[in-house]
Amino acid sequence: MIVLDKRPQPSRLWSYAAPVLAVVLTMLVGGVLFAALGKNPVAVIRTIFLDPLFSEFAWFYRPQLLIKGAPLVLIAVGLSFGFRAGIWNIGAEGQYIIGALCGAAVGLALYPAETRWIFPLMIVAGAFGGWVWAMIPGVLKVKFGTNEILVSLMLVYVAESLLAAMALGPMKNPDGMGFPGSRNLAQYPSAANLELVAGTGLHWGVVAALIAVIFAYVVLARHIFGFQVRLAGQAPRAARFAGVDPARMVLICMGLSGALAGMAGLFEVAGPAGQVTIDFNVGYGFTAIIVAFLGRLHPVGILLAGGLMALTYIGGGIAQSNLGLPAAAISLLQGMLLFFLLAVDVLTHYRVRFAARKVA
Amino acid sequence: MRETLLALDGLTKAYPGVVANRDVSFRIGRGEIHALLGENGAGKSTLVKTIYGLVKPDAGTMTLNGAGFAPADPGAARRAGVAMVFQHFSLFDAMTVAENIVLGMDNPPSPRAIAGEVRRVSQLYGLPLDPERIVGDLSAGERQRVEIVRCLLQDPKLLIMDEPTSVLTPQEVEILFTTLRKLAAEGTAILYISHKLSEIAALCDTATVLRQGQVVATCDPRQTAPREMAELMVGAVLQSPVRAARPEGPVLLRLRGLTAPAPHRFGTALKGIDLTLRGGEVLGIGGVAGNGQDELVAALSGEMPVAPGMVRLAEAEVGDLGVNARRAAGLLCGPEERLGHAAAPDMTLTENALMTGVGRMGLDRRGFLRWPAARDFARKVIAEFDVRTPGPENTARSLSGGNLQKFVIGREILQAPRVLVVNQPTWGVDAAAAAAIRQALLTLADRGVAVIVISQDLDELMEVSDRFCALTDGRLSASRPARGLTVDEIGMMLGGAHDLEVAHV
Repeated sequence: MIVLDKRPQPSRLWSYAAPVLAVVLTMLVGGVLFAALGKNPVAVIRTIFLDPLFSEFAWFYRPQLLIKGAPLVLIAVGLSFGFRAGIWNIGAEGQYIIGALCGAAVGLALYPAETRWIFPLMIVAGAFGGWVWAMIPGVLKVKFGTNEILVSLMLVYVAESLLAAMALGPMKNPDGMGFPGSRNLAQYPSAANLELVAGTGLHWGVVAALIAVIFAYVVLARHIFGFQVRLAGQAPRAARFAGVDPARMVLICMGLSGALAGMAGLFEVAGPAGQVTIDFNVGYGFTAIIVAFLGRLHPVGILLAGGLMALTYIGGGIAQSNLGLPAAAISLLQGMLLFFLLAVDVLTHYRVRFAARKVA
Repeated sequence: MRETLLALDGLTKAYPGVVANRDVSFRIGRGEIHALLGENGAGKSTLVKTIYGLVKPDAGTMTLNGAGFAPADPGAARRAGVAMVFQHFSLFDAMTVAENIVLGMDNPPSPRAIAGEVRRVSQLYGLPLDPERIVGDLSAGERQRVEIVRCLLQDPKLLIMDEPTSVLTPQEVEILFTTLRKLAAEGTAILYISHKLSEIAALCDTATVLRQGQVVATCDPRQTAPREMAELMVGAVLQSPVRAARPEGPVLLRLRGLTAPAPHRFGTALKGIDLTLRGGEVLGIGGVAGNGQDELVAALSGEMPVAPGMVRLAEAEVGDLGVNARRAAGLLCGPEERLGHAAAPDMTLTENALMTGVGRMGLDRRGFLRWPAARDFARKVIAEFDVRTPGPENTARSLSGGNLQKFVIGREILQAPRVLVVNQPTWGVDAAAAAAIRQALLTLADRGVAVIVISQDLDELMEVSDRFCALTDGRLSASRPARGLTVDEIGMMLGGAHDLEVAHV
């Protein structure tokens, strides 16, 4: 019989080892799944996890890694503050869209002026848009006690409708011959989020993500606010006793995650995506939730998890086109990663003991 | 000699790093009230859990009624006739008494059918209880009655009671004892766990003393001096708190018509509380839990702000200030609930020291934390209050109740408060730690600090207080000098015992 004994304190070793074990288990079970689909499991796993980095076309895929990883990391870092404090912003996808719309609106309104202030202004507008969108569930929660999970999630669908309306209406490219979608910001030098070093995929969003990771690390480890965030999540009553105002905490955490998600949207719309289109959002806001937990809500962990998740996106894409793997199998693989992490987490908090079953 | 009901032989149970019970043997006779004494961590809970089927011993045997007894789970123990009333009630506030009782049964009848049975049993043993009432509306004493009646319905042969009087008024204690004596007279054995030696002397036939997992003595509590038993428990000579004569200081805390609505459905509203407290004074506030203690502490700590003039610290109005502003002004609190309120269970002692000490101890610089300074502060608390832990990097949860209590009280005391308010400072704490905490509070008062001790333990209040008042249903009685108050007078001040009656024997 297997017995679980609660550890007096979480195991430090297992809190690092659990994500690694989860990845290994995902590969194993994923392999079984791919075998069942009639594919060679070793080839598929190698295609997903190694080919983007080491294959002969890696020069093409490696920049993609940064482009996919940056928004995930940027959004996940923002979400991690709220998640640590027990504030569940599930609507980062919506904040990402609104951030992109606000930032793009500034760029499009100033077209075709050329000054170096346009892009910074767009970043501010993008962050502001995400912040406003996140403030809606935040303020509703503080004032009326609504559930931020439901409100933030539902606002994603509102944001998607707004996106469609913008792409087809006010933001439609007047020179676009009637096609939906805005002007391509990537072709408007003052507003473009271009590669900083050619061929690397390094754009301002990547820089922002790295700054966010460092900022989050310092705040969580060294600043009273980070301490209050952790306290509010672990022991809400103790947090009040320590002088933490729960309403203020909700507004700050929602606002921070919204602003970062909005910024991520702006970097995407001004760079890799280039324009506001109906299908602009591809689920970064939702995947970032997995990234945040896979990274243990720790900034450095999130950086690694964002990289890993970007890898499965790109590798999954290769596996789809080269090996004919269904797209659903890739989503399954990503879901499994979170599932195994949560399962393996038991080892962090409990000691497993194999005891012979005694007959009473 | 009584006929033996339960015999324990050589029970041993080890956990990683600690032997909770080592070769424990003793006998409980039919109809005997048997006290189990020991400090926190002495192994009482492990032993009781073994008997109740929650823990399996590594070695040793138990014999119940002459037959081998090794319950696989509490259900098996209950079927064999062992019942237990836990220190912490496991009741649902929003449900009725009858529904709660049904929930704890193995083969539950309908709540309607149980109601008559509850009335009958409660009448028989002098434990008046209305099966239709909502548990959230009951006092702590009444809640305990629900637990006891739940056990009695199973017609137990052995009833285990863990610290049953910690939440009762003196009158309620007397009623409980009458009930227990009646049960014993009918042949039910009772295993009674307590720290309160005077109670054990009044109630029990035999006492087994545990220390560090071993039986160190078995004695007749009616023949043994309480002090001797206490020293057996701790294995050392006990120091009673010493109180020096103190000059009267200036008024430090003044409450004027402190009124606040109940913070939640089962909370208590505060109704016009007036209070004046001078430096160097210890004010004891007695009362049964749920009469506004938590709310009063919240109103003083700043967790529940009130109108500015309702709370004055020295001459300043602080009623509308938040927690940290009041701390900065010198009004410090130690709440009742150690884990989750006074301390964050999964955080280290360093982090817990920082939690309330950050402002007064200067543990941050413009919001950036000075971890080395916080660690030093935690070490200082650990050293000065004899907190038994390997070091400040251990989590609060890993400490025993008494040690954590010493830590959270010590944390406030070392911040040099002007006024310190503590709620249940020694609840569930062993005798030696309790004495140390009381001594620390008195020493603090000697230095001119105004101290409020809120407690349900009247012996404790009498030991430390200069003045005493009672909190009943959110109202605070006028204070009286503690010296010379009798237990009966205190009982009258507390009230809350009016619906009790003695067993219909």
